[in-house]
Amino acid sequence: MLSVRPLSPSVRTPYLRLVVAGFRQQSAYRLAALAGLVANTTFGFLKVALLLATVQAAGGELDGYDVGTMSAYVWLSQGLLGSVNLYGRSEMAERIRTGDVVVDFLRPLDVHAGAVAMEVGRGLFALLPRGVPSVLVGALVVGMTMPTTPGPYLLGAVSVLLGITVSAATAYLVAATGFWLVETRGVALLYMVVAGFLAGLYVPIAIFPAPLFWLATATPFPSMLMYPVDVLSGRVDGLASLGLVAAQVGWLLIVGALGQLMTRRGRRRLEVQGG
Amino acid sequence: MAEPHGSALAPYRAVLGSRIRSQASYRTSFGLDLGSSLLVGLTELAEVAVLFTSVSAIGGFDLAAMLLVFGLADLCFSLADMVVGHCDNLPEYVRTGRLDVFYLRPQPLLLQLVTSDISLRRLARAAVGLVALVVGLVVNDLAWGPGTIGLLAVALVSGTVTFAALFVWAGGLQFFLVNGSEMTNAFVYGGRYAATQPGTVWGRPLVVVFGFFFPMAFTAYLPAATLLGLDTFAGLPDWAGWLAPVAAVWAWVAAGLSWRTGVRHYQGAGG
Repeated sequence: MLSVRPLSPSVRTPYLRLVVAGFRQQSAYRLAALAGLVANTTFGFLKVALLLATVQAAGGELDGYDVGTMSAYVWLSQGLLGSVNLYGRSEMAERIRTGDVVVDFLRPLDVHAGAVAMEVGRGLFALLPRGVPSVLVGALVVGMTMPTTPGPYLLGAVSVLLGITVSAATAYLVAATGFWLVETRGVALLYMVVAGFLAGLYVPIAIFPAPLFWLATATPFPSMLMYPVDVLSGRVDGLASLGLVAAQVGWLLIVGALGQLMTRRGRRRLEVQGG
Repeated sequence: MAEPHGSALAPYRAVLGSRIRSQASYRTSFGLDLGSSLLVGLTELAEVAVLFTSVSAIGGFDLAAMLLVFGLADLCFSLADMVVGHCDNLPEYVRTGRLDVFYLRPQPLLLQLVTSDISLRRLARAAVGLVALVVGLVVNDLAWGPGTIGLLAVALVSGTVTFAALFVWAGGLQFFLVNGSEMTNAFVYGGRYAATQPGTVWGRPLVVVFGFFFPMAFTAYLPAATLLGLDTFAGLPDWAGWLAPVAAVWAWVAAGLSWRTGVRHYQGAGG
């Protein structure tokens, strides 16, 4: 006989359970996690070589970055790469394309919140095999400057969680265009190009020329990667770091509301073939 | 016997022709693909250019010299990607059993895989590389002559061949990795990224890995250094750019070994 676990009180918080389910699901793919780590670290070494050479060429200080803080930027951002969705593809896009999303609509759960919760769980898991080791490699092999007080780490943890959630909720919007477009590959590709650049994956946005910097801050993308890295590394601290976290909350509310709206409208548009 | 050569190649030509026609027939999707690929190339160029708003030279390379390196690397990579880039789909072919079908046909496996698709949208990426290269050639003060043109031609052909080898090298490893297919991104796409950098910024481990083992420095940086008379790394002579074909041969030796080992290891996906 299968032993069925009795429904615990946590049924009342089904979204938290979905976060845990997403976390557990990812833990099954260990080789994939190792592969991701190897790719992450290789890119990290190349990125750090080019950016540290740039800092040195600028005389040891480049727009507020020195060798230690630039290295911290590279390794923290590489570490978060497995957790934040900067490529725009998601399981939800596939479910909408194939029509499986119909089953989701039949469940007594909010489709939007459920999908985002699952993604957040996957992102949180990735911090263990990809995030922490890639930061460790950077700290041990290259060396980096990190804060010495607990404050930035605590606020940084909140900021990382918000960053993962904003990215999951924004990638959901890409998937939700599938209610109208069906095939979202093109939209996802566009998202990937814009997101990586404006989130500060390749170059910190503080180095951007002014117009490009303001363009970046007018999008949710820095909230996914740049702000968590800035808060965690202590490059931005005090009141300014609270400001970055507030911006993340603001963007989460905006993309969250958009997701709700698109899901409701899209549900009426949804057309599923076959029976 | 009428044209035995023509008849041998005919199946491949038919497959490739149908692939090209099928991609061009979905106009909107194809247009969007082309546009996105163009944007990918432009942002990659912007990543490099943004750094030069603060400094005038990185590792002894100014923006003009970097454009030349970027153009050479990106054009070669995009061309290789267009022709053999879909070797990246191998893990999916293995999982779905499509690869087993290839084994049943009386044609070489690699040739079937390579001709199973051709990604025309990569043409847009190649266009960005080409423009960067042409601008790089114009803005740099080059001593034009047979030597310069010869070295450019050697670099372009060898670079494309080297990148193609990386895809096949990775393909051979995919037979072992399957779920860990992302591992090879480290040297295929990491290699593309490395190729756009001046090797002068690398420490010893990167010189070993991307300078020689995966010979990325020979695709763009060293030919550019030879053309412009700039610094080479690891004490290489200033004519080291001419060694690009040697790097291409080494890459294919490694790719061939990797592919053979992979193909012999494969036991089928069951079913």
